[in-house]
Amino acid sequence: MRLLDLDRATGTGFAGEIGRRARTDVSACYACGKCSAGCPLADEMDLQPHQLVHLINLGFEDQVLSSKTIWLCASCVTCTVRCPHDVDLAQVMDVLREMCLARGIKPAEPAIRAFNRSFLGVLRWGGRLHEFSMTATYKLLSRDLFGDLRLGAALLRRGKLKLVPSRVRAHREIAAIIDRVRELDAAGPGDEVARR
Amino acid sequence: MRPYAYYPGCSLQGTAKEYEASLRAIAGPLGIELHELPGWTCCGSSAAHATSHLLAIALAGRNLNLAARTSFAVPSSRGAGLLVPCAACYSRLRGAQVALDADGALREQFAEVTGEPWSGGAVAVKSLVEVLAQDLGPAEVAACIVRPLSGIKVASYYGCLLLRPTTITGFDDPETPSTLDSLVAATGASPVAWSHKTECCGAGLSISKRDVVGRLVGDILSAAVDAGAHAIVTACPMCHANLDTRQDIAGKAAGRSFRLPVLYITQLLGLALGIAPRQLSLRSHLTSVGSLLAAIEAGAALTGEAT
Amino acid sequence: MPRIGVFVCHCGSNIAATVDIARVMAAAEVMPGVVHVTDSKYTCSEPGQAAVRAAIREHSLDRVVVAACSPRMHEATFRAAVAAAGLNPYLLEIANLREHCAWVHRDRVEATAKAIDLVRMAVVKVARHVPLTTSRIPVTKRAVVIGGGIAGIQAALDVADSGHPVVLVERTPSLGGRMAQLDKTFPTLDCAACILTPKMVEAANHPLISLMTYSEVVKVEGFVGNFRVTVHRKARSVDTDKCTGCGTCYERCPVKVASEFDLGTGYRKAIYVPFPQAVPNKATIDKDNCIYYQRGRCRICERVCEAGAICFDQPDEEIVIEAGAIVAATGFDQFDHAVYGEYGQGRLPDVITGLQYERLVNASGPTQGKILRPSDGREPRTIVFLSCVGSRDEHKGVPYCSAACCMYTAKHAMLARERVPGARVFVFYIDVRTGGKGYEEFYRRAVTEYGVNYLRGRVSRIYQRGDRLVVAGEDTLLGAQAKVEADLVVLATAMVPAAGASELAQTLGIGYDEHGFYTEAHPKLRPAETNAAGIFLAGACQGPKDIPQTVAQASAAAVKATQLLNRQSIETSAIVATVDAAKCSGCQWCVAVCPYGAISLVDRQGHGAVKSVVSVNPGLCQGCGACVVACRDGALHLLGYTDEQLLAEVEAVWQ
Repeated sequence: MRLLDLDRATGTGFAGEIGRRARTDVSACYACGKCSAGCPLADEMDLQPHQLVHLINLGFEDQVLSSKTIWLCASCVTCTVRCPHDVDLAQVMDVLREMCLARGIKPAEPAIRAFNRSFLGVLRWGGRLHEFSMTATYKLLSRDLFGDLRLGAALLRRGKLKLVPSRVRAHREIAAIIDRVRELDAAGPGDEVARR
Repeated sequence: MRPYAYYPGCSLQGTAKEYEASLRAIAGPLGIELHELPGWTCCGSSAAHATSHLLAIALAGRNLNLAARTSFAVPSSRGAGLLVPCAACYSRLRGAQVALDADGALREQFAEVTGEPWSGGAVAVKSLVEVLAQDLGPAEVAACIVRPLSGIKVASYYGCLLLRPTTITGFDDPETPSTLDSLVAATGASPVAWSHKTECCGAGLSISKRDVVGRLVGDILSAAVDAGAHAIVTACPMCHANLDTRQDIAGKAAGRSFRLPVLYITQLLGLALGIAPRQLSLRSHLTSVGSLLAAIEAGAALTGEAT
Repeated sequence: MPRIGVFVCHCGSNIAATVDIARVMAAAEVMPGVVHVTDSKYTCSEPGQAAVRAAIREHSLDRVVVAACSPRMHEATFRAAVAAAGLNPYLLEIANLREHCAWVHRDRVEATAKAIDLVRMAVVKVARHVPLTTSRIPVTKRAVVIGGGIAGIQAALDVADSGHPVVLVERTPSLGGRMAQLDKTFPTLDCAACILTPKMVEAANHPLISLMTYSEVVKVEGFVGNFRVTVHRKARSVDTDKCTGCGTCYERCPVKVASEFDLGTGYRKAIYVPFPQAVPNKATIDKDNCIYYQRGRCRICERVCEAGAICFDQPDEEIVIEAGAIVAATGFDQFDHAVYGEYGQGRLPDVITGLQYERLVNASGPTQGKILRPSDGREPRTIVFLSCVGSRDEHKGVPYCSAACCMYTAKHAMLARERVPGARVFVFYIDVRTGGKGYEEFYRRAVTEYGVNYLRGRVSRIYQRGDRLVVAGEDTLLGAQAKVEADLVVLATAMVPAAGASELAQTLGIGYDEHGFYTEAHPKLRPAETNAAGIFLAGACQGPKDIPQTVAQASAAAVKATQLLNRQSIETSAIVATVDAAKCSGCQWCVAVCPYGAISLVDRQGHGAVKSVVSVNPGLCQGCGACVVACRDGALHLLGYTDEQLLAEVEAVWQ
């Protein structure tokens, strides 16, 4: 972004919504940068964590939700623990990811999204995570077919990857939970901002 | 004997099978009884909380409801809590418990999607490290050691989720932790002072962001090797996977070559309890632990850096 | 029948925006005893007060109700106005329509109803007021100044120069405080010792100043104009009349201890003078580390002292000082950065505080002014300064800004570039706050003339790598992580009140905030006074500040103290307790409960018998009301707040 057109800023509602859902006061941030300084993924991000919060507070929702930053966050929680104003940035990242999906914005890191989808897809089938199936699904979704082939083979040789998937009896309950949550999240009051 | 309800988590049955094998091997000698939670399901890990808060709470909370129905997970004369070896599962389970205990609206939503009311508030969710370092304590652990790992230097790697955020964990200091170190010391080995105890390894980005993980793991391994460690010890399947299986990319990122053994704390304890390496599943690591075993034999100092 | 005048104030829009003034006035007009009702935009202004005075005369008013702001604001003002019109000033009652009504409610209807109730209460109360008189008590013409840093020294000199004796109490062995630890001061790069030591010597030699060093205030009794301050003078184990300060004793003493003055960067002996320019230049024995006191041996100092000044087993003393005014000037400590695990938990030897750095650059410090790494004594080639360590960090409990750090960090950075030619110097900051005269220009010199690199962003972590320190920070201007390997890291740690400050506040009976800083009577208009009459504040004990602000406040405190000491006597409040001897049973519960020792037992004669009853000394009584509550017989009343008056108010509300 080269021009910050403040006439397009939506105001403090966005920050308020995020703050309520993340149970933290995002407006307390004074952009000291300590979060970004200690973030292991900061180098890869398009927006540094403190810049993301700055945009949240101004109300630039689209830039925030379409950033790579929210998907690259590894949830290491270092930012939250060191923030001098107790902004729970790790929790804010979760909320932003949820908002991005709820609004139908295409995640800026498709591979990471593909990983999560594969995980939940396999979980929905089996009730527990079958790692091989998840990896295979991920590779199909992300089109990263040939990466880590050697690693995969090494793991298989050591019996660390089970080829045959299995499911537990409770898999039906897990599927039901996943489906009901999907319904609730789609219909629910969760994303007030999106419905404006 | 201390009976615990036991939640293995998905990876302990798959890529982290060494963790489960070594935990079961040391449980007896340390006086821990593991009662696996019947019908447990996946806690949701990072995929769930990165997608939907409610989903993450529901998947994790369901297991706590299950635990509450056993006789071991709620502290009493019959059991000491729910023992959780995987740091991510521990974080999700404890996090769900804290959130559900505090938020009535969330409890309603939980009941709606799981079909049962929240009842897991009294479960004592404990990480394995907490159980070993605090329920048992280093003195009790040391008393069981038959083969002190004298002369061995070990870097304790805590990672992220055991220590942060303190609203959920809180059993050790997030900047200067000591629980794993105290267990290492109990084995007779020396815990080294090193700079990357709590630096993130890249977690679940291992497959989707290989290079980033390579850089982070490279920094961690460099710091451990430079501190003179014979091995790194950890208590998280994700950290173990990254540190153990990414040493080649890590080496490229750091401009050096690594061959540093990465052990679960249960494996290190197992060696000091005189249990055979095979029983501790040490052979299934990608990075050979041969140098460590040799050093233990010799009782002498070697570094983990390949020549 | 009383003739009550009610004066309702708009207070601009402060009251009028929420309270319907016209309705209040209409209601007041029919209240019992009210003969005159009027309003004013600003009753406290000169025209407003003139109107009150005129109305009293014109309408022969004998009681006045002012319905306005809090009595804490203007009760004194209106008492004076009423007195000027010839009425006893205590025939006045204030109804607080602002802080108790307009400022805390939004609903106009309900606020107006409440305002009417408040006025009615004031009317029925003032109808029952009787004229009251004040007393006069003498003033002890002496000041006690607690704290011998620049604040205390300045205050002591100013009071003494006004002609009043001062006792200056300092708990370390020497005057000087924090300023004595500094090398150069901003914005002039003046040598701190050069400007401070003349004042220290002046204070020591001033005919009206008595110095009590190595002493602490342990008890304060009494009240304004009549304090009794108990000072505990610790034994130095040295006869200061004989000691010449020659230094032979501490040259020969075998025990080395970390020096408090050098903040651990250097050492002193068990017998010591804290620094070369100490005033008084007398040795002191640290009993906790002296071999003789701990194990009964050594006594080398005694052997080598040519003046025979060593005096083992010299006793501590307790000295009681009578004073009319007290100035608290207890200064500050540095925040303990060991709470930052991410900065090394206070255990990394080459991560030091700003004050410790001052000791290194100080020519008479432990390294004779050379900047050397504490770990190996080598000169650092890369020095990194961190601003705001502790300060502006709510998570660590210190939300405030410490006022002086941006300036001293710029100063430190400039000194680093000067003393270590070619050194790379980085400052990690969030803001650079340079509000004083010449301050901004000073800071700009650091950048333009001295080549200091300023990076905007906090540091997340400092850790050891080999013999250097890795500093992981952020450049928020570029939006990039900024990493550097440093040889020395200096943390600008927050200013916190000196150790023991809150205990001393309790001893003095003054207020302090949640951080331990002493509370001023008014943040803008009365910064050097407390709410305890006769006790004044100077320096960093009241809040973080730099030397110019400290000296200004110290002189202000001195003026306030001098105003008090200049008086022959002071007028005490008329709101005092009084005893109905007929009801008093002489149980003396009130005597035990009175914090001011104002009540005593006396014999009263009457009806052919002698009865022991209590009597209140109106000069000592501060009107707190504790005795009134304690009295089982209902014999004690607080003049101006009698049971009859208060119960009338309660009944008025239920109408």
